[in-house]
Amino acid sequence: MIPATFDYHAPSTLDEALQLLARHGDAAKLLAGGHSLIPAMRFRLAQPEILIDLNKLDGLRYVREEGNVLAIGAMTPEAWLEESAVVQQRYPLLADAVSVIADPLVRNRGTVGGNLAHADPANDQPAVMLAYGATIVAQGPGGRRNIAIDDFFVNLFESSLQPGEIMLDIRVPAPGASSGGAYVKMERKVGDYATSAVAVQLTMNGPTISAARVALTNVNPVPMRSPGAEAALVGKAATEEAFEAAGKAAAAECDPSSDLRGSADYKRDVTRVLAKRAIRRAVARAQGRS
Amino acid sequence: MSTHKISVDVNGTPQSGEVDSRMLLVHFLREELRMTGTHIGCDTTSCGACTVILNGRAVKSCTVFAVQADGAKVETVEGLEQGGTLHPLQEGFWEKHGLQCGYCTPGMLMCAKYLLSKNPDPSEAEIRAGISGNLCRCTGYNNIVEAIRYAAEKMATPQEVAR
Ligand SMILES: Cc1cc2nc3c(=O)[nH]c(=O)nc-3n(C[C@H](O)[C@H](O)[C@H](O)COP(=O)(O)OP(=O)(O)OC[C@H]3O[C@@H](n4cnc5c(N)ncnc54)[C@H](O)[C@@H]3O)c2cc1C
Ligand code: FES
Ligand code: FES
Repeated sequence: MIPATFDYHAPSTLDEALQLLARHGDAAKLLAGGHSLIPAMRFRLAQPEILIDLNKLDGLRYVREEGNVLAIGAMTPEAWLEESAVVQQRYPLLADAVSVIADPLVRNRGTVGGNLAHADPANDQPAVMLAYGATIVAQGPGGRRNIAIDDFFVNLFESSLQPGEIMLDIRVPAPGASSGGAYVKMERKVGDYATSAVAVQLTMNGPTISAARVALTNVNPVPMRSPGAEAALVGKAATEEAFEAAGKAAAAECDPSSDLRGSADYKRDVTRVLAKRAIRRAVARAQGRS
Repeated sequence: MSTHKISVDVNGTPQSGEVDSRMLLVHFLREELRMTGTHIGCDTTSCGACTVILNGRAVKSCTVFAVQADGAKVETVEGLEQGGTLHPLQEGFWEKHGLQCGYCTPGMLMCAKYLLSKNPDPSEAEIRAGISGNLCRCTGYNNIVEAIRYAAEKMATPQEVAR
């Protein structure tokens, strides 16, 4: 299907993009990889009058370590993360996730910033960044600001980005010693959104889990952490009993809807099982066993 | 609605046109340039029949606006055969029976070309992952995987496989 008509702008500087956004207000939408927006436009679910294409802003495409953070430019295609040695070696949770986001063709186009800004609970990056405790950097008419990921997802398809703001950068804290992470996703087939998925990032102190963040994909109207699952892990020995308690807490706290991917009850139970698997793998990685 | 003059290098040939902002790249190729090798198999960015290589990356051309390809290099299935000689991938699909109805084939070929450009010696698992964004309703994929392996081997050691 063909999208409704719109005016197209492709600014070559960030300032120009911000000015266009300020001038056109609600009538305008930013275009990143286009792999959520263009399908929505083709179904006429979105009919922006103005598209501001960010693809000429090459300065927003990078993935690099800066001191103790992994900095990812908002316009960085997911495929760049798959190809990044530093991601593969030091950010296993992120590496797990990028290999299961959509399919390789979508990952060549879809961006990390777009994946987050879309605030779709079915997308994978929200749970990943919630588990890492990332920070989003955005710029708008009022200047630049940092948004803690815990404050970023407001509602279904709604983030705390303000009108006129452009996401520039995603900052992921580098995992410390004795920490590990994992992303475990169940999908009906390659390229599908998750039936459920669980992101875990934790730190061990000897046999004990000293810190943990657990976040869930596509089982809640808003991307969410599971405080109950985290509480079931922190300060506990890394045992199967603790993992089961965390899985049960995650299943209880999420609020999936029944749809083509399964009933709500089914998705809760899948979430319990995936949480255990993700925690087990994160612990193994933290202990250097995998 | 804005219209835009665009220039695109398609398979090494400069092409230009005036496009509505909302025209998709696949429609530019098929309807403006009359290059109908690139197929359209869905409305939902799911099937990969429309795969082309845009500035070195395989993408679904139904989910890129034509205006976004201004100044870019696009490779389509029409560019594979050179002077009457099939590309090793095309030869592989022929030899290994990598197609039945052929609808997915242009997309498969372009995705495979991209895959081999990144990884000239892919394992079976790497090939299956590499083409996982391209749907085939006919072959069951096994022969497509073999066809891509055939091409990888031929491209690595042309003299040994050539007949
Ligand atoms: C077949 C298919 C399967 C998919 N499967 C998955 C999957 O399994 N998991 C998954 O996570 N995703 C999946 N996706 C979605 C894909 O990852 C999208 O690329 C992603 O959701 C959006 O990123 P984008 O760069 O394409 O953004 P766009 O579609 O260009 O934009 C999305 C939204 O974000 C806004 N936006 C984009 N960039 C910025 C910015 N820098 N600042 C402010 N706002 C911005 C846009 O205005 C728009 O509202 C799938 C998509 C398809 C087509
Ligand atoms: S036509 Fe199906 S993905 Fe483009
Ligand atoms: S050969 Fe018919 S769809 Fe692949």
